Amino acid sequence: MIELTDTNAAKIAAAFAQSRRLDASPAMGMVMTLVIVVDEDHAHEAIRCAQSASHEHPARVLAVILGDGRGRPKISAQVGVGEGWTGETALIRLGGEVVKHPASVVLPLLLPDSPVVVWWPTDHPEDPANDPLGALAQRRITDASAVTTGKTTALKRVCRTYSPGTSDLAWTRLTLWRAMLAAALDHQHVRVTRASVTAERISPSADLMVAWLSWRLKVPVERITSAGPGITDVVLETTQGPIEIRRGDGRLATFSSPDRPDRPLALRRRELPELLAEELRHLDEDDVFAELVKRILTSPTR
Amino acid sequence: MAESWVNPLRAVEDRRLPRIAGPCAMVLFGVTGDLSRKKIMPAIYDLANRGLLPPGFSLVGFARRDWADQDFAKIVHDSVSEHARTEFREEVWAQLAEGFRFVPGEFADDVAFETLRSTLAELDKARGTGGNHAFYLSIPPRFFGDVVAQLKKHGLAEPHEGAWNRVVVEKPFGHDLESARELNATLGQIFPSGSVFRIDHYLGKETVQNILAMRFANTLFEPIWNSNYVDHVQITMAEDIGIGGRAGYYDGVGAARDVIQNHLLQLMALIAMEEPTSFDAESLRVEKQKVLASVVLPRRLDLTTARGQYAAGWQGGEKVVGFLEEEGISPTSTTETFAAITLNVENRRWAGVPFYLRTGKRLGRRVTEVAVVFKRAPHLPFSATQTEELTQNALVVRVQPDDGITIRFGSKVPGTSMEIRDVNMDFAYGGSFTEASPEAYERLILDVLLGDPPLFPRHEEVELSWKILDPILAYWAKQGAPEQYASGEWGPEGARKMLSRDGRMWRRP
Repeated sequence: MIELTDTNAAKIAAAFAQSRRLDASPAMGMVMTLVIVVDEDHAHEAIRCAQSASHEHPARVLAVILGDGRGRPKISAQVGVGEGWTGETALIRLGGEVVKHPASVVLPLLLPDSPVVVWWPTDHPEDPANDPLGALAQRRITDASAVTTGKTTALKRVCRTYSPGTSDLAWTRLTLWRAMLAAALDHQHVRVTRASVTAERISPSADLMVAWLSWRLKVPVERITSAGPGITDVVLETTQGPIEIRRGDGRLATFSSPDRPDRPLALRRRELPELLAEELRHLDEDDVFAELVKRILTSPTR
Repeated sequence: MAESWVNPLRAVEDRRLPRIAGPCAMVLFGVTGDLSRKKIMPAIYDLANRGLLPPGFSLVGFARRDWADQDFAKIVHDSVSEHARTEFREEVWAQLAEGFRFVPGEFADDVAFETLRSTLAELDKARGTGGNHAFYLSIPPRFFGDVVAQLKKHGLAEPHEGAWNRVVVEKPFGHDLESARELNATLGQIFPSGSVFRIDHYLGKETVQNILAMRFANTLFEPIWNSNYVDHVQITMAEDIGIGGRAGYYDGVGAARDVIQNHLLQLMALIAMEEPTSFDAESLRVEKQKVLASVVLPRRLDLTTARGQYAAGWQGGEKVVGFLEEEGISPTSTTETFAAITLNVENRRWAGVPFYLRTGKRLGRRVTEVAVVFKRAPHLPFSATQTEELTQNALVVRVQPDDGITIRFGSKVPGTSMEIRDVNMDFAYGGSFTEASPEAYERLILDVLLGDPPLFPRHEEVELSWKILDPILAYWAKQGAPEQYASGEWGPEGARKMLSRDGRMWRRP
């Protein structure tokens, strides 16, 4: 780890090169730059997640902490290369006037040619795509479930400023559920007549699930409130009887389908590194998510 | 069930959704074997942990052991906690554990197979496996006939409407063309050719699939991928270990049958084949078959092949015994532990480019790689002394360990004079990435359950491989004892001579 105080982008870049040489691995296998915009309290946890995700997608991770915007511009950084993972990280703290110009620090540190992803682990700017750092990236990741203020309207806000390349981890959290539901219909060719999604009161994921099911199945989908955690039940009523996935404890679900015995199904709530790794697998626009955004904006409730 | 069923939840643009196998049960013959414990059982757990196995998936063990279901579950538990790639989670175990069954018995035992039949029927009811059964024969091929006959006799593999039966077999796929055909005929009695899945775990490896991506997704390599630029190709699979406890299997089989027939010829086919029209099983197989069918052996097998047996010596700092002193090996055995062969591919792309294939045990280190070695530049504007240290450019696909691709080319040595020396440009498929990427067996077992065959060699390919190898094996059989080579080095003198006759050298991998 190299500590830099009162520094600039060029010196941070030099520190990357230096630590790579110290590590005797001049090869750069990295496939993307991941910029994390985060506050001091969440920075280390976010970096840990990013490093874990970069096992699958070797990345240069730039964690940017935007400090107090008053006073003399001040940049400090901690730079290091991977011990046990492929990639590099820099934790960059900005203070003073430069807080309004973070792109001037990040732009010179982007890997040549490779894609850029920005992730806001907690609160994200009002309009991610037009944020100074968001604009550098072709992929922007928000998390409507992790915002610290305005939780009830978080998903709506993400949708309102949606632009291609943005996606939300609330959507990623659904993948295992959706995969099981889709697989159920792969193997039992039944017509769904209506559906319901049960989840804790505020759950952007559940709202997306409702939007997805009603879009794909073209049937009414009811939203029911439970104590959680997260989504607890998804039920598809079919002409042959219900297909149900019920998960009370956030880990082990029960899968039921017509004319088949009930079976246990491991359906744990996935942790951030896994969610992030899934996001980084696809760097183009998520067309399905784009469609759901439209539907959520036009839906009368919620 | 209408043929035209379209799953409304699967949108084509929805690339997040993985394919999940349908409800099914797998019957594992040979549960006590190394392969079952170290690869198959952990792979099943890892698949479940990644959410790719259907709820209700059941695993039936069959072996000559006096076990109850719980004893079998204990064996699986131990194997998973020791060898699984992903973290152990109680809920994943809970999903799997209800579906473990054990059937004790021998292959000739009618009662046991009747129990197996009722066990599967019970699972179809209790776990909803729907009559879909995969039979994994992790047993020596000489028992295939018995098992297949029993499955047939007890009606275990009869086709049912809307259900499937598949059989999975591991190498060796016979020991020559004739036995390969017999084996295929045995399996073919009850399993149509599309239901036979031959596992060549090399084809499940990410790096091997990456060969196709590298060749056919890029413009950079294809223009030079031919005899105009390529001088020769070396395919190496080296092991640092000896035969270990496998004497019973290995004696009489040898390196060529064990490795070249399947892994190396498949690697060669992927490197040499033309572009398939698509990436479905049929198109890939057509191209692989075409290139295997164009392989021609050199006329003088005495000059273009080599074989050896490891002698006692030192490997990696440990004193080791020679092959002939290994327990269970006859001191007069002529089985080779090292084999090297030369193949010519008679088509427009490769005419005049020899493919050198070698494999051996107790060599310098464990490594598998394909090296495409390019011709020297036709003219060098440098003097001979300036380029003394420049050899031939090479592109090396490192299959294992340290998966990736290396390109070797000349670069100026720092200093005031112009001197040129070889350097490497490395692409590592990922440093710690390999730990995150799925094991070959996970991919292959999932493909079996999905019925997706692109990564499995068909019997046509197996037969073509034996047609290539049989004349060499017949020639070697007349030559007496193989040459001895020092353990921990890179094979016998004969292998070196084989290349030096062509004015070439083996790479040190």
